[in-house]
Amino acid sequence: MTAIESPKQALENQIYALALKDLLYQLADDDFLISFRGSEWLGLAPHVEEDVAFSSITQNTMGHAFLFYSLLEDLGAGDADKLAHARPAKERKNTVYAEKRNGDGSYLEDPYYDWALTVVRYFLYEVFKKVKLEAITNCSYRPLANVAKKVLMEQPYHLAHWRLWFQQLQEANEDAAARIQQRVEEAWRQFGDAFDLGPYGTEMQEAGLIADEETLWAAWFSEVQEVIQHMPAGPLEKQLGSGRFGEHTADLDHALHILSEVYNSDREAVW
Amino acid sequence: MEEKKRFIAIEAVLRTVDDPELPTVSVFDLGMIHEVVITGNHVAIQMVPTFIGCPALDFIERDVKQAVEAMDWVESCSVAFTFEEKWSTDNITDVAKERLKKHGISPPPENYQPGEEWTVDCPFCGSDYTSMENVFGPTACRSILYCIACKNPFEAMKPVVEYVYE
Ligand SMILES: [Zn+2]
Repeated sequence: MTAIESPKQALENQIYALALKDLLYQLADDDFLISFRGSEWLGLAPHVEEDVAFSSITQNTMGHAFLFYSLLEDLGAGDADKLAHARPAKERKNTVYAEKRNGDGSYLEDPYYDWALTVVRYFLYEVFKKVKLEAITNCSYRPLANVAKKVLMEQPYHLAHWRLWFQQLQEANEDAAARIQQRVEEAWRQFGDAFDLGPYGTEMQEAGLIADEETLWAAWFSEVQEVIQHMPAGPLEKQLGSGRFGEHTADLDHALHILSEVYNSDREAVW
Repeated sequence: MEEKKRFIAIEAVLRTVDDPELPTVSVFDLGMIHEVVITGNHVAIQMVPTFIGCPALDFIERDVKQAVEAMDWVESCSVAFTFEEKWSTDNITDVAKERLKKHGISPPPENYQPGEEWTVDCPFCGSDYTSMENVFGPTACRSILYCIACKNPFEAMKPVVEYVYE
């Protein structure tokens, strides 16, 4: 596959453009939803240093989402803000596990958020993000390959943060270890769709955009098993459906309702 | 020759445009200027972003444009961020490193290799008897540390270098 240098060149091949855009929606929506859930923790993290760290990670991850939306904008998909805020749930391509609520209650009222879910989710997600971006750094679409390399220079700090939390809680006391383990088992039932390449998976691989699902999964598995003391048996499942195919839960509607509130109050506002 | 003078003049201007979050440290000395192209009275500047999620990028873009357009021979200046080039903390000049210290911010380590353990000297007393309080600081590019020798909290720029594939 020869290198595609520009959006114009990418749009000359209809199938290529479709596969590329679908991949970009996955990358953008994953980072966007995961950082929205992160932003809901602002002021609620276990201690003040964690609040600084988590909000810094979240802000930077939101920046990554913005870059992927900008690549879509360059391909004529529409304005990046609109892509982030105004697309209905059924058009979203994020893994369902990223949209999952932080816990019971709401940000403004009785937020009974679960730190174990957060630590497990962000650790598993950051390893996944690393593996997926590594599979893209030499892809045929040069603008995306460049962005992937740039994101990978910053993301090791995010991954190291969550890996440390995971290891420390896993080894803290029985209660902490049990809570972590319970969320790991849950993730095994719900995180499987992250590895789906979606309706254009075959086209993505033929276009030289990304490795196959099995390769992504194997790389992820070997990295998380270095850290997780009690690996659940069996493969990852898709209990909540597959976000890559536009299947989502009520938690996504909840997220979209909140995150688009300001945007919808004045769609023409200049920030 | 006229051309060369113009480039020198632009560089001098870029040395005066500070990072909004690091007063007295210019975007030039941070290594954010990739390319300057002069076409007649138009100047096109390509910059490399530091951290992607950095909210200061929009302000930097505006400040650079305004500063260059203030030069009498310049009619217009366009500024764009490129991802073809990767910003690394190795791009930071010695001038910027000295100025960072005056703000209580240690410059990033030199010749840092990814994954390597990272030690930071205190920007105030130079001691290496320091502890990392929080890898994440007030901005994406900075961490918070504490000097046990002189008992001062300080910040340090995180090393960011080209990613190495296994
Ligand atoms: Zn000191």
